[in-house]
Amino acid sequence: MSENELKAMLLEGLHQIAPEANPAALHGNQNIRETLDIDSFDFLSFLIALNEKLGVQIPEADYGKLRTLDEMLRYLVAKSAS
Amino acid sequence: MSFDTIRKDLQAQRIVPHLVDYEQTCAKHSWKAVQASLQGLPEDGLNLAYEAVDRHASGALANHLALRCLGKDDSVRDLTYTDMARGSARFANVLRSLGVKKGERVFALMNRVPELYFTALGTLKNVSVFCPLFSQFGPEPVWQRLSRGDAKVLVTSQALYEKKVAALREQLPSLQYILIADVTDDLDACALSLPRLMTASSDKHTIPQTCPEDMALLHFTSGTTGMPKGAVHVHQAALTHFATGRYVLDLHPEDIFWCTADPGWVTGTSYGIFAPLLNGVTNVVDEADFDAERWYRILDEQKVTVWYTAPTAIRRLMRIPGNPRVQHDLSALRLIHSVGEPLNPEAVVWGQRVLGLPIHDNWWQTETGGIMIANYAAIDIRPGSMGKPLPGIEAAIVKRGEHGIEEITQPDVEGELALKPGWPSMFRAYLHDEARYAKSFVDGWYLSGDLAKRDADGYFWFVGRADDIIKTSGHMVGPFEVESALMEHAAVAEVGVIGKPDPLIGEMVKAFVVLKLGHPATDELRLELIGFARKRLGPAVAPKEIAFIESLPKTRSGKIMRRLLKTRELGLPEGDLSTLEND
Repeated sequence: MSENELKAMLLEGLHQIAPEANPAALHGNQNIRETLDIDSFDFLSFLIALNEKLGVQIPEADYGKLRTLDEMLRYLVAKSAS
Repeated sequence: MSFDTIRKDLQAQRIVPHLVDYEQTCAKHSWKAVQASLQGLPEDGLNLAYEAVDRHASGALANHLALRCLGKDDSVRDLTYTDMARGSARFANVLRSLGVKKGERVFALMNRVPELYFTALGTLKNVSVFCPLFSQFGPEPVWQRLSRGDAKVLVTSQALYEKKVAALREQLPSLQYILIADVTDDLDACALSLPRLMTASSDKHTIPQTCPEDMALLHFTSGTTGMPKGAVHVHQAALTHFATGRYVLDLHPEDIFWCTADPGWVTGTSYGIFAPLLNGVTNVVDEADFDAERWYRILDEQKVTVWYTAPTAIRRLMRIPGNPRVQHDLSALRLIHSVGEPLNPEAVVWGQRVLGLPIHDNWWQTETGGIMIANYAAIDIRPGSMGKPLPGIEAAIVKRGEHGIEEITQPDVEGELALKPGWPSMFRAYLHDEARYAKSFVDGWYLSGDLAKRDADGYFWFVGRADDIIKTSGHMVGPFEVESALMEHAAVAEVGVIGKPDPLIGEMVKAFVVLKLGHPATDELRLELIGFARKRLGPAVAPKEIAFIESLPKTRSGKIMRRLLKTRELGLPEGDLSTLEND
């Protein structure tokens, strides 16, 4: 999956959780949860869904490293490559 | 599956707990003696903020670390008891200079930053009333509370102000000043820079005459039928905060305490501000939200000794395989407590196995102001039980019989959990709602609305709610508040909202929506409704799931049978449907 496809998938996942927000306006370095008003449980649901879609294991201990879109893309690309 | 009792070995504990013999402590307890442990105002009277900071600042603890604030950016701000006394004095002087009087309400809507704590304590020093709001509330819950609480002042950040309050200003005629904690210049004549005002104010302040029964705190909590109600607490609550800090949290002078709750909820105020400060210990505050790695790091690096957290967080930590003690030094930790919703026995035992310490569950409510039933450091734990009543508290299981309230004395029989009124932190009113307050007390008991049972040895066990209030991530959400917000959408004809059981957060807010004719039930509309509710209510209150339904089950008098919606959601037998009107 290309980085653009991956990004589109992340934005779609965020849209499911915060449909009132415009994830496309989210900057790569912005804190996703704060910008889109996503609480801890919603974020967990989002990551679990991602886990299932991509088949990439995202352990709870890593959630803190996934604050921005850039961080997520980097993390997921590295994970899929390994 | 039943769980073995966790036995306590007093010899193995690093510190002899304050409460060792439960029966004896109960027999000897007197609130008068607790009062004598506090100082009282120099000119007589009792002020919660004076006891929490000024008393220590003028004594041996003047240079003791009171608050360690960890920022989201990993910054650290340390404040001694002297710093706390001065900062809160400045805030009290700011209020005085703005003409804010005794009993007037000062709200806070902000992150866990030092200014929040100055606001809370400074408000009390001015004998005004502190009312905290959760920063994840949307504009609608914020407006409801500001308006019902007659807010005179709101302390907030620029981002939260612009996002949640600015558009509501005209609908809040009593709101005179908004103090913005993170701007250097005033935004307009009423939205003022708090740092500017603080710098211009003196750090010396004399607390005016404060009676123990003067209103100190206003905590909003959700009801089943109406909008949120404001539970009023008084300065006298200091006695419960102090006593539970000793009996339950077991705070000793060198302790480093961390309560993970946000002051927007009562736990974050009673135990995130007052109990640790009243007991003169170091209180750790983290601005960031739950993050497993970060939390273990804080426990390790800050050498937290007593930790008060919530089932939702504990269950998240339980998702991580392996032993955190391999990477993190948790050896300073000696006691873990939990509150918010009943802690499942697996979690209590997990604490013992993985963290090396069992988790002590306790029970209380916004209305009780402090811990009422608890597990204690020195007392055996029965996993899944909320423990035994606090010394000084009389708790019972009751039922409404033909002749009024009857106490159920046989063990293991379910009934409503009730408390004998009169403890210091008992709520004194629901603001502007005397009838609702009066209804909480029947035949000399405060009825909690929680169903529970008591075993033969006096341990209490939670069963469920007696009403439709939803408990999600440890927070109460009133179904009516959510239904009202969704009803404002043009496509919605009717809504019923329930708490759908969830293994992580206890219950999740779920809405069943009946659409108006001409609005097909599509996935787009479902998402639109979720977004619509989130915009108004914020993520803490808005439904996380919406299902479309042909009609709602109602009673003959037209009341939505939320209980039946829940029963159906769970696929359980529907029971007695004699009051059901249609389907």
